[in-house]
Amino acid sequence: MTSKQEFAVKERISGQEFAEKYKADFPILKQQINGKELIYFDNAATTQKPESVLDAVDNYNRTINANPHRGAHTLSARATEAYENARAKVKDFINAEKSEEIIFTRNTTESLNLLANSLEALVEEGDEILISVLEHHSNILPWQQLAERKNLKLKYLYPDQNYRIPLSELKEKLTKKTKIFSISQMSNVSGVINPVKEMAELAHQKGALVVVDGAQGAPHIRTDIRDLDADFYAFSGHKMLGPMGIGVLYGKKELLETLPPFLKGGGMIEYVKEQGSTYAPLPEKFEAGTPNVEGAVGLQAAIEYLEEVGLDKIKEYELELTEYALEKMKELDYVEIAGPLDLENRGGIISFNLKDIHSHDLATIVDSEGIAIRSGHHCAQPLMKFYRLNSTGRISFYFYNTKAEVDRFLESLEKVREVFGYGS
Amino acid sequence: MDLDSVYTELIMEHNKNSRNKHSLDDADLSEHGHNPSCGDDITLELKFDGDLISEAAFTGSGCAISQASTSIMIDLIKGKSIEEALELVETFIAMIKKDIDDQQELRKLKDAMALKNISNMPARVKCAVLSWHTLKEALKERN
Ligand SMILES: Cc1ncc(COP(=O)(O)O)c(C=O)c1O
Repeated sequence: MTSKQEFAVKERISGQEFAEKYKADFPILKQQINGKELIYFDNAATTQKPESVLDAVDNYNRTINANPHRGAHTLSARATEAYENARAKVKDFINAEKSEEIIFTRNTTESLNLLANSLEALVEEGDEILISVLEHHSNILPWQQLAERKNLKLKYLYPDQNYRIPLSELKEKLTKKTKIFSISQMSNVSGVINPVKEMAELAHQKGALVVVDGAQGAPHIRTDIRDLDADFYAFSGHKMLGPMGIGVLYGKKELLETLPPFLKGGGMIEYVKEQGSTYAPLPEKFEAGTPNVEGAVGLQAAIEYLEEVGLDKIKEYELELTEYALEKMKELDYVEIAGPLDLENRGGIISFNLKDIHSHDLATIVDSEGIAIRSGHHCAQPLMKFYRLNSTGRISFYFYNTKAEVDRFLESLEKVREVFGYGS
Repeated sequence: MDLDSVYTELIMEHNKNSRNKHSLDDADLSEHGHNPSCGDDITLELKFDGDLISEAAFTGSGCAISQASTSIMIDLIKGKSIEEALELVETFIAMIKKDIDDQQELRKLKDAMALKNISNMPARVKCAVLSWHTLKEALKERN
């Protein structure tokens, strides 16, 4: 063994220990499903919660719960403090400048709907919105409908044979009329990471507003929003160890200030008269109604946990795991991978099909082995159509997944083939 | 969950070599059925002789359950009257929804009884019923 090989082996082992160590913090992963130890490979859909997140939410509900911002009593003040602390944590997590730039929503979908609704004030007939065919339906429908309402043109970027959107494609499609450019940081189907920083720069040169869908980015890629320089950034707490029902919309302060509110009601006003009202300042202007404080508290605990593990380590380990899985899957002649085989600008999501077996059958059969994977179109029908795919199976990793789990998953593929009367 | 009770030989056989999977030359009626969430997609074609379904076939793609269910359904309804076919559709859907459990009553479904265990797999129910709903739509048009 050369010293380089030896080093590589050592790295592998340390990676494995890394995952095993953290996996122990996730109670849900310690159960059996269909008589087998659970393997959770559906992290792009939602992630699991460590003890610290469960405890934070539980503690909030047991000792602090009250309606924030409204009451003069002690609990209300504590709930307000808890909520605002969470906002400050999110601000630091993405290195935003000010807490008012962090709007709490339910999820990425709501963040993008809020934006498409409020940005209506800034567009006029004939303007263009540019998105990509890689997008999740959440980053298509709000724009499609805005385009219909205001008679705008909705244009798409397409990937090359290597599954990546070349910058030349963006340069070609951007025009002086492009008012909004919205792009995902990472595809939830192919696992491709888009060069969002370079893209934002090009779009800004043409005067477009830049929206980044960080649903798959924020959980796996260290994101410095000031460095990235997107005007808006959306992500979901539940895809990064946090609770469901809490999401984030980041927006540059000067832009958020000019936009009209989305939902209207309590909490977002300054003065309400019988006719006409004035709105509260940021961020309350965009947070009508009683907010999800326990969700925000859980998200804060999730971010603290992720920071302890380290986002750079998470990305590095997930890449190692992805490489391991891809290498083995490449060797199987009955596996067709719908995404890049190289590791450049790629995250831990692998979409694939088994020859002559529908992904829905695949998911059912591996589930009987205790393995949770996704099948279907992954809320990205335009992309599936572009690749002429009906559906795919999808495995998606987080840092608590292990190589031993990948091995068991690969074994389960043999079982799928057996059920269908193929192979050994 | 017992896989063998779902992926039975009969179902696998229909999935792999369905004699009913082709298009009809001069169909009287063609109906498209689709499960958007998983991509099952079938087109059912029917020929009638008065009130009788004289020919039926399908094309499309999807999972083993949806494909086999379609093929088995076609075997069952060929030569039946529209009314009889609609009744079989209701019985089949009731079986999958667990509204009917009586073996005696289910016997008229013949091979389609093999799909009964799908009722224990909520995620796959829509695969099994797709073609039956499609047939119902088609026959309603005809009536
Ligand atoms: C890229 C991308 N955007 C948006 C979403 C929507 O996230 P949510 O359902 O949390 O709103 C997802 C979730 O699957 C996603 O992967």
